[in-house]
Amino acid sequence: MRLLRRDPLACREVVELVTDYLEGSMSRGERRRFEAHLADCPHCTGYLAQMRATIRLTGRLEPADLTAEMRDDLGELFRRLRDEER
Amino acid sequence: MTPRRADSAAAAEAELVARLRAGDEAAFVELAARHQAAMLRLASAFVPSPAVAEEVVQDTWVAVLRGIDRFEGRASFKTWLLAILVNRAKSTGMSEARNVPIGDVGSAVDPSRFDAGGAWSSPPRHWVEESEDRLMARGLRGRLEATLRRLPPRQRAIVILRDIDGLDSDEVCRVLDISAGNQRVLLHRARSRLRQALEEFIDA
Ligand SMILES: [Zn+2]
Repeated sequence: MRLLRRDPLACREVVELVTDYLEGSMSRGERRRFEAHLADCPHCTGYLAQMRATIRLTGRLEPADLTAEMRDDLGELFRRLRDEER
Repeated sequence: MTPRRADSAAAAEAELVARLRAGDEAAFVELAARHQAAMLRLASAFVPSPAVAEEVVQDTWVAVLRGIDRFEGRASFKTWLLAILVNRAKSTGMSEARNVPIGDVGSAVDPSRFDAGGAWSSPPRHWVEESEDRLMARGLRGRLEATLRRLPPRQRAIVILRDIDGLDSDEVCRVLDISAGNQRVLLHRARSRLRQALEEFIDA
């Protein structure tokens, strides 16, 4: 989201800019304005902390390990394709 | 992951790919084992059932085995693999508009939580000092999983790739064939929904 105005950011705008901030896709000016708001606003600072926690916690939803059965299936698939090519 | 660990993981993967090219079954099973669970999860974002997701993954391995000689090593093997998977999953599961529909302006936070000037009227509660392990154990894991499942396909795919599989934004753009701007918008929507789920869980 591009910021066209120079007014201080409202909290409602800050929550929409959090991802641009975390992705490092803001210009230097946008970043300064964003950080100036955070410095004065404990609520948005808390919001950013929740967003960081969300990212960390989502990262813990690792997929289940492969079962032995799935390994066997994969080996079988490999051999079937190899034999087809002969 | 530290750069050194990433490097050695990449080197191990490159070696497996080289062995696979030479027709080594064990290398194939090892490569497949590394990626299968992530592939199933990603495919599930685009298709209606786990059974179809399994088919898509199987088809992808067939395509990989037949096309491994065309893998040029410019992208990582994982990026190449997942791009094949996503193509197959999309053509199997759905036809989705390539870009974010105009007018879809979901806000990150319920607008009623701000006053007329846009300041918080109902701010997020301050972060409780409950350990993240404990939060996950007492049900947050299930809540996040459920929220993830309800996200639109591409949002779900982006969160899986970025925040669970650890791809960077360039890799995600390549796998899903979307622009950097689009990737960021969709990531923002998805993470905002997940944050909301986290907040509701903590406040409950
Ligand atoms: Zn604020």
